[in-house]
Amino acid sequence: MSAALSVIAPGIQTTVQDLGRVGYQALGVPVAGALDPVALRLVNALVDNEPAMAALEFLYQGPTLQVNTHSVRVAAAWSDIEVLGEPARRIPPWQSIRLTEGTRFRLGATQGSVCGYLAIQGGLALASVLGSQSTYTRSRIGGFEGRALGAQDALPLAQPAAETRTEVRLSAPPDAGPPDRIRVVLGPQDTHFTEAAVASFLADSFVVSKDADRMGLRLEGPALTHSQGYNIVSDGIATGAIQVPGSGHPIVMLADHQTTGGYPKIATVISADLPAVGRLRPGDSIRFRAVSTAEAEAARRALEADIERRARNVVPAAEGSELNEAALYATNLVSGIVSATDCLSDDVP
Amino acid sequence: MENSTFTMGSKEQNQATWKLRFLPSGDTALTVELGETVERRLSAAVVDLAARIDGAALAGVVEIVPTFRSLLVHYDPLVTSAAALTEQIGVLSKAGTGGQTDGRKWRIPACYEGDLAPDLDEVAERTGLSPAQVIEQHTAAAYHVYMLGFLPGYPYMGDLPDSLQLPRRKSPRVRVPAGSVAIATGLTAVYTYESPGGWHLIGRTPILFFDLRRDPPALLRPGDSVSFEAVSRETYDRLAAEVANGNFELATETAA
Repeated sequence: MSAALSVIAPGIQTTVQDLGRVGYQALGVPVAGALDPVALRLVNALVDNEPAMAALEFLYQGPTLQVNTHSVRVAAAWSDIEVLGEPARRIPPWQSIRLTEGTRFRLGATQGSVCGYLAIQGGLALASVLGSQSTYTRSRIGGFEGRALGAQDALPLAQPAAETRTEVRLSAPPDAGPPDRIRVVLGPQDTHFTEAAVASFLADSFVVSKDADRMGLRLEGPALTHSQGYNIVSDGIATGAIQVPGSGHPIVMLADHQTTGGYPKIATVISADLPAVGRLRPGDSIRFRAVSTAEAEAARRALEADIERRARNVVPAAEGSELNEAALYATNLVSGIVSATDCLSDDVP
Repeated sequence: MENSTFTMGSKEQNQATWKLRFLPSGDTALTVELGETVERRLSAAVVDLAARIDGAALAGVVEIVPTFRSLLVHYDPLVTSAAALTEQIGVLSKAGTGGQTDGRKWRIPACYEGDLAPDLDEVAERTGLSPAQVIEQHTAAAYHVYMLGFLPGYPYMGDLPDSLQLPRRKSPRVRVPAGSVAIATGLTAVYTYESPGGWHLIGRTPILFFDLRRDPPALLRPGDSVSFEAVSRETYDRLAAEVANGNFELATETAA
């Protein structure tokens, strides 16, 4: 039997994601890719992968997997790895571990983030579709059969064994929490809103609603009033664009967003703050702050330097950094889990 | 932001002048807007400018998405900037001849019968036409592909004859079958995947408008010309089987 991770329990919306399918938006193909590309790059660093290598992304609760190969090295973001059996061990996030054949392990509830990641040394032996292993479930493109994982799936591994070496951790893991204010660049259609609406957008607090998935986050808060109607002749959508449909309640467009759309976009979240937005959970509260495009570009350069610094600062995982806890099996599933239905698909032709 | 004007290079096309507006879309994309309407001359100018930018291979440009009336230029902010692109695209819009817009002509078989055409009778009723007249008018026109979006390969095409124009359905369907031929406002389209949708479904085509076995996977591109040909249910079923087996290839001719 070929090297695989067998899926014992699939977790919630567990999909294969890399840094996205770039270059096909003109054909209407969404980019997809990791909601939190910072986490993806950092967990890949822990298992010696290229930063862009595909990993497993899960929402709220990760999968339970079994090693069906000689050995495999993995690392998780925003979630513990619970190694099942005797003795049970718990590996904290941002730390690598080598697991041997037959081992079962579970990715726990995500901590501080809606999404968690499992990087696998050497990656997955899956076809690249239009240059990416990312899963776009709505059109069943890429990843594992174009869909979220199910029980009894076998994820083929590119590397049948992991050599022993000192396991490592990040000495400076990233913070999950969103910045005090999410930075945006106003436009492209901020002039389609009343001045009061733009002022409210930048001053008031918004709460992430339960209508949240990989396509976008619908926000609750003051309704934003359009000044020229809520339909525009369709134009392109950038990731992070904040479109406002007729309800006046904004939607932040995330990884799986449509390439084009017909609602005015009041602003765009800057790319340096998008990973933090990708981590938001229903009920989280956020505020926005406007910056210039040049400031946004500078912030992105700063983020890149920060990621590289964190990825370089890898230190040996200390003895005893594995946590033995009696409460290991007391799972803490998040309540109010969001369904993966097309809750945001009201902008349809 | 700085604005400039853009004159179409090709003489055959109208010498329309479009005012370029550069609209901020964050730090990884720049909107280049030429207008705010749906019309063929504007679409031709969009396609032309997209070809110019593509041909110039500007550093840091990741991809270009043409729409009815604008381009979204996706870029890598670690390589270039919105300010640099604004200047470069401004120059490209003025200089030299336009890119080639070699639109192709397509003839798409579609069945306008029975369960494949769930809204045909309602469209007929609301437009005051007979179902046969709806089919006749939908198949008589040659449609311009304005843009692809919404779903992979989904073509926004126009213009629909005035007599067939209806607003979108009040409440969208949760599931529109793949291959559905649809109309709404001045446009017609084909749903490339099963999806939610609010347009009126008047037929079904067996042709795959998006197929990962093809390169490029999208059948159409902006600037192409499409007309529909009514086929019987029997022909539809035969073609659908051939398409499923990979034994069917649709012929095209390059537009004059």
